[in-house]
Amino acid sequence: MTFTRFVEVGRVVLLNFGPNEDKLATIVDIIDQNKCLIDGPVDITGVARQVCSYKRIALTDLTVKIERTSTAEEIKSAWEESDIMAKWEASSWAKKLSSKKKRANLTDFDRFKVMVARKQKSAIIAKKLATMS
Amino acid sequence: MTATKGSSSKGPRYYPAEDIKVTKKHLPPQNPPKTRKSITPGTILILLAGRFRGKRVVCLNILESGLLLVTGPYKINGVPLRRVNASYVIATSTKIDVSNVDISKHNDAYFARSKEKTSEGEVEFFSGDAPKPAIVSDDRKAEQEKVDGSLLKVIAGTDMLEGYLSARFTLQKNDRPHVMKF
Repeated sequence: MTFTRFVEVGRVVLLNFGPNEDKLATIVDIIDQNKCLIDGPVDITGVARQVCSYKRIALTDLTVKIERTSTAEEIKSAWEESDIMAKWEASSWAKKLSSKKKRANLTDFDRFKVMVARKQKSAIIAKKLATMS
Repeated sequence: MTATKGSSSKGPRYYPAEDIKVTKKHLPPQNPPKTRKSITPGTILILLAGRFRGKRVVCLNILESGLLLVTGPYKINGVPLRRVNASYVIATSTKIDVSNVDISKHNDAYFARSKEKTSEGEVEFFSGDAPKPAIVSDDRKAEQEKVDGSLLKVIAGTDMLEGYLSARFTLQKNDRPHVMKF
């Protein structure tokens, strides 16, 4: 089994710990075997340029074409060219993350509505199943 | 610094030989009741204890004693106009408009228990405590109808709210109440 996602300049990563949890960033430079320099860019994802340990990031499939010492503007234009945000939102990873967040923020009334909707759905399925068998 | 009285009085004609300190009774300050910010008139509450535990009810007002005035409405889930302790309640974030409901008559004095002289004769003492049927006065029933009348129209305005209020709250298998948002 070969690896397909590498820690490289331009790799888009998801931060999964800390104040910037669940935000995207790009690897701008590799510092050593434990940490790298990441940049949002700030205008698109809200992550400022900072040092980040590999333990706090998860590699995604997406990459951008940037140089090792790119500025924030260069990264931003590269992101807009490749339309990274749209590609990310379309991925099932991003969809699962957002649905988890939605579930966690449901109010008691919302949970009741979900329960009613699930009952209606299973009633439709059961009815269809009865006609098929 | 407090201002001292200017006039020098003659003084009392008698005073005790020893100075005995007269302790003043400490009267606690009568402040308005403090309730959680999440509980306001119109909030839907989940009752956690008592006869109606698990029921979702509408909070109408916060009374002077700190208790919450609450109603089912009665037609929806059987909870009458009642007082409820805020400590035994979960406040949900669902709110309805109760500004058009007239609850000015319903204060702590309205709900206070009437002091009837229950004469305990020998016969009653030995017959034991049979559950006495609750007698709801017609006046209470009329008040209930009046308050609920305007409330039911507001509830009908929101989709699925009536079903929500008639259902009881229970914990399901994978529910973690310390993480759930209400």
